[in-house]
Amino acid sequence: MYRYDEFDHKLVGERIAQFRRQVKRRLAGELTEDQFRPLRLMNGVYLQLHAYMLRVNVPYGTLSSRQLRKLAHIARVYDRGFGHFTTRQNIQYHWAKLEQVPDILEELASVEVTSIQSSGNCVRNITSDQYAGRAKDEIEDPRVYCELLRQYSVLHPEFSYLPRKFKIAVTGSPHDRAAVAIHDIGLRMHRNEAGEPGFEVLVGGGLGRTPYIAHTIREWLPKQHLLAYVEAILRVYNMYGRRDNIWKARIKIIVNQMGIDRYRELVEREFEAIKDSPLQVPPEELERIERYFAPPAYERLEDQHEALAKLRQADRAFDRWCRTNVAEHKVPGYAIVNISLKAPGKPPGDITADKMDAVADLADRYSFGEIRVSHRQNLVLVDVKQSDLYELWHKLAALELATPNVGLLTDIVCCPGLDYCGLANARSMPVARDISRHFADFERLAEIGQFTINISGCMNACGHHHVGHVGILGVDKRNQEFFQITLGGSSDERPALGDRLGPGLRQDQVPAAMEAIVSKYLELRADGERFLDTYRRVGIEPFKAAVYGDADAKAAA
Amino acid sequence: MFFTAAEGWTPSIDAGVVIDDDAEAERLLAVAQTHQARQVVEPYLIEVTLEDGRPRPIAIREAIRAFGPTIRTDLDKYE
Amino acid sequence: MTALVKDGRLVDDPFVDASGAESIPADGPVIVSLEQWQAGRDALIARGTPLGIRLRSDQHPEAIANDVERFAVIALEFPKFRDGRAYSYARLLRERYGYRGELRAVGDVLMEQLHFMLRVGFDAFEIKEPDPLAAYRTALAEFSVWYQPTGDGRPTAMQLRRGPLPPQASSAASDDTNGFIE
Repeated sequence: MYRYDEFDHKLVGERIAQFRRQVKRRLAGELTEDQFRPLRLMNGVYLQLHAYMLRVNVPYGTLSSRQLRKLAHIARVYDRGFGHFTTRQNIQYHWAKLEQVPDILEELASVEVTSIQSSGNCVRNITSDQYAGRAKDEIEDPRVYCELLRQYSVLHPEFSYLPRKFKIAVTGSPHDRAAVAIHDIGLRMHRNEAGEPGFEVLVGGGLGRTPYIAHTIREWLPKQHLLAYVEAILRVYNMYGRRDNIWKARIKIIVNQMGIDRYRELVEREFEAIKDSPLQVPPEELERIERYFAPPAYERLEDQHEALAKLRQADRAFDRWCRTNVAEHKVPGYAIVNISLKAPGKPPGDITADKMDAVADLADRYSFGEIRVSHRQNLVLVDVKQSDLYELWHKLAALELATPNVGLLTDIVCCPGLDYCGLANARSMPVARDISRHFADFERLAEIGQFTINISGCMNACGHHHVGHVGILGVDKRNQEFFQITLGGSSDERPALGDRLGPGLRQDQVPAAMEAIVSKYLELRADGERFLDTYRRVGIEPFKAAVYGDADAKAAA
Repeated sequence: MFFTAAEGWTPSIDAGVVIDDDAEAERLLAVAQTHQARQVVEPYLIEVTLEDGRPRPIAIREAIRAFGPTIRTDLDKYE
Repeated sequence: MTALVKDGRLVDDPFVDASGAESIPADGPVIVSLEQWQAGRDALIARGTPLGIRLRSDQHPEAIANDVERFAVIALEFPKFRDGRAYSYARLLRERYGYRGELRAVGDVLMEQLHFMLRVGFDAFEIKEPDPLAAYRTALAEFSVWYQPTGDGRPTAMQLRRGPLPPQASSAASDDTNGFIE
């Protein structure tokens, strides 16, 4: 993974010194809260319901064990002993004290971790595929370009006061595990007719109050022009994006208002003017970064089909876990192991400091010391020897990190919600808890198959509810929490926004509604169909009837 | 944090000043707002009912703010 | 308190800002609005005095792209420090339209944004701080490393990684911005 050189260290050190000074000015009353707010946001400091929340970047979801241990240490020493992994591959601490934040940042910087631009009206963490560099279906490791974009966007003097936040995601694989279509800029690597890898550039995706799937602005962009093209998109957005209304300020609004053709015209014109500039990435810089993402020293191994089959036959629980939490690695003899942070009844995406340390140790022992963070709020060890799987599974199980539900219904994606977040209208985590308890039976979960539930506590949609197979949105009506369900969302290479099922339900009605939806799916599904496939085939009506046909559910409105 | 009768701040809602009179509420809010330079961010008024003489917020959000997250109840809201 | 910082010093502004006024003074260096410029371009040129123009944040500088050499001062407004449009306008003026005169940041210009303003090409500032010069100096010294190339020609980390640059390739900026480069 990328290692800082003297320049990276210097920049981060200067940034922390700047923020330390800014905090001092704020506490001395020299800066108003209004003046301070963008400054603290650009250092990842939110003001939430109970305390300041610190959001720390995990660039493109990649951590070393050393870094994870530091995250654990921060949780232990400065927070309440846990952290929360987010839908942008970041980690959040809910109980930060403002005057301690500069010290926290210095500690993080010592292991090359920052919170720079994890919030604010600037370019945020560049996210990617959690299997980057390891997936069989990958064209090239997208993280090289993520790192390039990260450096390009950090403390960019022109783009630090954009109309609104700006999120970029990159996938190196045709199967999109990075949700690029719901990002302000999405980059999908693919080959042109000549077989050269380049990027399909998407623009104007985003969720929130007015969700949009991104448009394709450029079918194929050569790699060396990546920065110039991104600069062109950002410049047009910075100049023409709306600043009159916070709910209309994202690039998705201006792209859809102008139309993608007009937006493209402006971008291409700008791009033409700047493409042959220092923004063109010199090959040696690309090579320098590429070296950091070179594959580790794999042993020459064979796939362990027989040995594993035997173990799986003998141990039902291990078999279950292999089915759901273990993914195929491109190197023979290796496997990708997902660590589920969705144990039944536990807050999704949360992990204690002790468990972070334990995962760091496991990474060192089994996976070359590297950990990935998925935007679905799980952790991943991407280089596990198949011959180590059984032993690793035992250790994860002892830590309650082996829940065999990755990709299944109880692998719920959930924002912190009203329990923590000042923006929320309703609590999201208790809903996740109730659903995961209701669907605790693993055999049934396996029978249900691939199923995503995304829960957001408000319209800001940090839980990405629009793109869950089932989405749940918390709303507040007359000081009561209600939950609106959507069906049919998807964030992969066939992106879709979910359709509203019907009137909001009370919190206690949600598990029964989920039961009704699942039962109806099982009843109607044809061979091999996931829930999403069945939904696409039969439409919303059968599910509406299943949930609202019931008289109790009707009373919820 | 809750505004006290002594015009200070307390983490405990039980020690917060309960105001019956609209005009007085506005007056105290204005005083609280003068603390914004160095102590608090955006003070505002909340509605409470009294249960056994103790103020309890009416809005869910304010109840969570006063008493902490409803999940992870193993954690104290304040040290 | 608003004061003009230019070339690392607090200076008196020789220009009269008539951009918000009913009428333009008969004589002397003057700053006009885009509307005044478009209405009276020839007359203003004929004055023979140094000219300045002040653009609002919703006025794209392409409106004066062909006239930049006419101006000794171009002032770009930051109505609210959060309104970041002028950062792009500044770069276009410097890097696309070839403007070489004074590029002035006016409006809600605070210390915490000065560094970025310097990097995109502003060289004069009406700073809204109690001690504008101290603010300017703090901003100048804040960062010595940056990743992105801008028109200021200052070397980026990427360039420095390939080795120290020969002396003539370093910044074309004036004396007081030496603090930028180690």
